[in-house]
Amino acid sequence: MTLDSLAFQMINGLASASGLFFVAAGLSIIFGVTRIVNMAHGAFYMLGLYLAVTLADRLPGPFGYWGGLLLAALAVGLLGAAVEVLLLRRIYHVPELYQLVATFALALILNDAALWIWGPEDLLGPRAPGLKGSIELLGRRLPDYDVFLALAGPAVLLALHLLMKRTRFGRTVRAATQDREMVAALGINQALLFTAVFALGAFLAGLGGALQTAREPANLNLDLAVLGDAFVVVVIGGMGSIPGAYVAAVLVALVKALCIALGTVEIAGWAFNMTKLTLVAEFLVMALVLVLRPQGLFGRPHGAPARGLASEAPLRPMGGTGLALAGAALVAALAVPLVATAWAYAPVLALDMLIAVIFAASLHLLMGPGGMASFGHAAYFGLGAYGTALAATGLGLPTLPAFGIGILAAGAGALVFGWFCVRLEGVYLAMLTLAFAQIVWSVAFQWEEVTGGSNGLIGIWPDWPFDSRTGLYLAALAVAVVVLCLIRRLIFAPFGHALRAGRDARLRAEASGIDVARIRWLGFLVSGLVAGAAGGLYAFAKGSISPETLTVGRSIDALVMVLLGGLGSPAGPVLGAGAFTLLQDTVMRETDYWRALLGVLILALVLLFPGGIAGGRLRR
Amino acid sequence: MSEVPVSGVPVLSVDNIAKAYGGVQALGGVSFEVRAGELLALIGPNGAGKSTCFNVVNGQIRPDAGTVRLAGRDITGMPPRAIARLGVGRTFQIAAVFGSLTVLANVETALAAARGKSFGLWRPQAGMARAQALDLLDQTGIAALAGRPAAGLAYGDVKRLELAIALAGSPRLLLMDEPTAGMGAHERLALIGLVRRLAAAHGLAVLFTEHSMDVVFGHASRVVVLARGRVIADGSVEAVRADPRVRAIYLGHAGTEAGA
Ligand SMILES: Nc1ncnc2c1ncn2[C@@H]1O[C@H](COP(=O)(O)OP(=O)(O)OP(=O)(O)O)[C@@H](O)[C@H]1O
Ligand SMILES: [Mg+2]
Repeated sequence: MTLDSLAFQMINGLASASGLFFVAAGLSIIFGVTRIVNMAHGAFYMLGLYLAVTLADRLPGPFGYWGGLLLAALAVGLLGAAVEVLLLRRIYHVPELYQLVATFALALILNDAALWIWGPEDLLGPRAPGLKGSIELLGRRLPDYDVFLALAGPAVLLALHLLMKRTRFGRTVRAATQDREMVAALGINQALLFTAVFALGAFLAGLGGALQTAREPANLNLDLAVLGDAFVVVVIGGMGSIPGAYVAAVLVALVKALCIALGTVEIAGWAFNMTKLTLVAEFLVMALVLVLRPQGLFGRPHGAPARGLASEAPLRPMGGTGLALAGAALVAALAVPLVATAWAYAPVLALDMLIAVIFAASLHLLMGPGGMASFGHAAYFGLGAYGTALAATGLGLPTLPAFGIGILAAGAGALVFGWFCVRLEGVYLAMLTLAFAQIVWSVAFQWEEVTGGSNGLIGIWPDWPFDSRTGLYLAALAVAVVVLCLIRRLIFAPFGHALRAGRDARLRAEASGIDVARIRWLGFLVSGLVAGAAGGLYAFAKGSISPETLTVGRSIDALVMVLLGGLGSPAGPVLGAGAFTLLQDTVMRETDYWRALLGVLILALVLLFPGGIAGGRLRR
Repeated sequence: MSEVPVSGVPVLSVDNIAKAYGGVQALGGVSFEVRAGELLALIGPNGAGKSTCFNVVNGQIRPDAGTVRLAGRDITGMPPRAIARLGVGRTFQIAAVFGSLTVLANVETALAAARGKSFGLWRPQAGMARAQALDLLDQTGIAALAGRPAAGLAYGDVKRLELAIALAGSPRLLLMDEPTAGMGAHERLALIGLVRRLAAAHGLAVLFTEHSMDVVFGHASRVVVLARGRVIADGSVEAVRADPRVRAIYLGHAGTEAGA
């Protein structure tokens, strides 16, 4: 590494930091005032970029270009205001978890809206008038535009600082960020404040996107990618802190720049390509910050954690009806191979359902009784799948030991990640689980020698007696039954009660001698093992796996299944996973706009049936 | 009201504990002792530092300075769960119970924790200590509610349930932060009477805070008065009642409340 290349990478890093800062600042301001973690924030950024590309292309001259950028950001701000009025106002009172998934649903819908308007191809915008050249720095050429962006970050930071310090609006926002009750007491129009804040946050995200016009093409993957980065920045900087967001954005950009500049280094005789670390570097920094200083570098310690559920009916042993229903479901499941002759697709669909049921049951254990919302449950599913696949193909182990190794791999991951996660609560915990899942994903993606990189692993076939559709299906059914019975035992045992006690009233549980962190850690482990079993079955069922197996999308699928079934009911994951798989394998397969469909489904769930299928049935 | 002979090492001895929140000195060097069988009332105006004191004793917050001893053993800085296992039970000013469990399961869960069985994974918890749990519910007067979800209880019953949960750990020291808040006069005296009987029966040391003066003066063995994080009086009910400083700082304000 030369000092020159480091300096060059750092300037480059500052330019990226600016873009990230705009998005993160918006996210942070919104969270500070409304306490909503806006999962649609990346979508705002993406829309800002698409709009800017379109407008800058159409409007003539430099004024048209820069005016187009501004117009795009303003339009996104306006969209933000509309979203606040139409959607968020309905969900301020619901549990945090539902807010997260509702705004995520919005992101899905906005993504499909972009697909519908702009099509699937990447869109490249025009270069910025007046900033097309480059300057010579340390013997390398640095685009003018990057220098401009590197300066734009601090400029917007200053503007926001003045807005917050010098204006009435700013003072109100700061007061609301520090103490929400005070706002009501001061007689401020809270509805208007929230709308304005959301619009401002959306505007900043849109601006961040618009300013990328000359730098990167607009594409449909940007929303999630940027959202992940912005989360990391906000968590590192401290939720609600604008300077924190800037410092964190710079920190992340510099760490990445350092990784690139270092190139390949020798560690104990091992050549290690540091550039591969760029994908995970930010998540490593975030994990470190969350563990050492959970409130972030500039954040204030957060108060009482939000609960997963307001109230949930006590567990009752299964009555006659419950037993009859479970028995009927089992008989029906056993009968599936018999109808295969008439309906060839039935066993395929049913196997998908079983895998989904096991996966959803594992997440439900964590989220329901455990009260820990995991946004990265795909990590354990993926570890199970990769562990099984590697053991079966790489080591050439027979099916059962390979499956066991997959489960253990997932358990090991859960043990390590869980140790960190159980120290946090609520949104912070959700973010950390997401970060760990991204780390696992990028390892699967980049460690080509072992995981096959983006191609993944192929030829993962089970041996006799699991090598037929029916054989594998019956094995999966056995696993599902064992897992569900096991979880039920756990829930009724002292462990399950301690888990719920820690969720319902943590301090009370601690004061009664319950080691809540350890109980949660064990819950994490069990959940990871079960998710690993689902992943292992998946590998055998599909015959091939790739990093797709453990994307955010899979984590979200599991979340939707659990919510669809009902968080408060033990039967929830079974019903939710069954219904969701049916929907996914039938309706969603038929349309390009399955994301929007899923989004609408989630919104309907959150707004109309927060109890899920099981909840709706019970509440009646 | 010291029926039980006072002797030996105190169950709890708090020595010069201090705790500041930013600029607010919540506790500024507080010392007192509680002996077995004694009901010590910790009183003082709002914000005097009573709850902070409780939180220091049960390990929920670490004091800036000072030591807390349980039967002579230094427990300062231990986590709440460890202190709980050493025999300190507590209730909270805003009563906290496990809302999604039945009343019975609340107590059973606390009993399982007290016996170190919280990591039991296989045998169902129901039935492990049912008789003992029902006995505790009986003692606190809510046995009839055993099957009800804790989330739906009236506030007075929540307070009783929390007491049952705290007793499940067979404590030798019981901390009760405003145990009778939100109760009617009759209920209030019944509850404190119960605590007194329990203390006498098991040689329990009880430290409680209370805004209701009829409870304090009618039932406490001894009274410690806290104001702005400092002990301004410590003695028998009669002595404290007569103390001019207490009257000036505290009783004028609380006298009206006692009548309420
Ligand atoms: N977590 C905290 N952060 C900041 N200040 C705190 C915190 N907890 C307590 N305080 C402050 O410490 C002081 C003592 O509070 P504490 O709750 O111990 O009083 P208290 O005697 O229990 O009052 P009350 O009768 O109202 O319950 C108060 O000034 C309070 O505002
Ligand atoms: Mg108090």
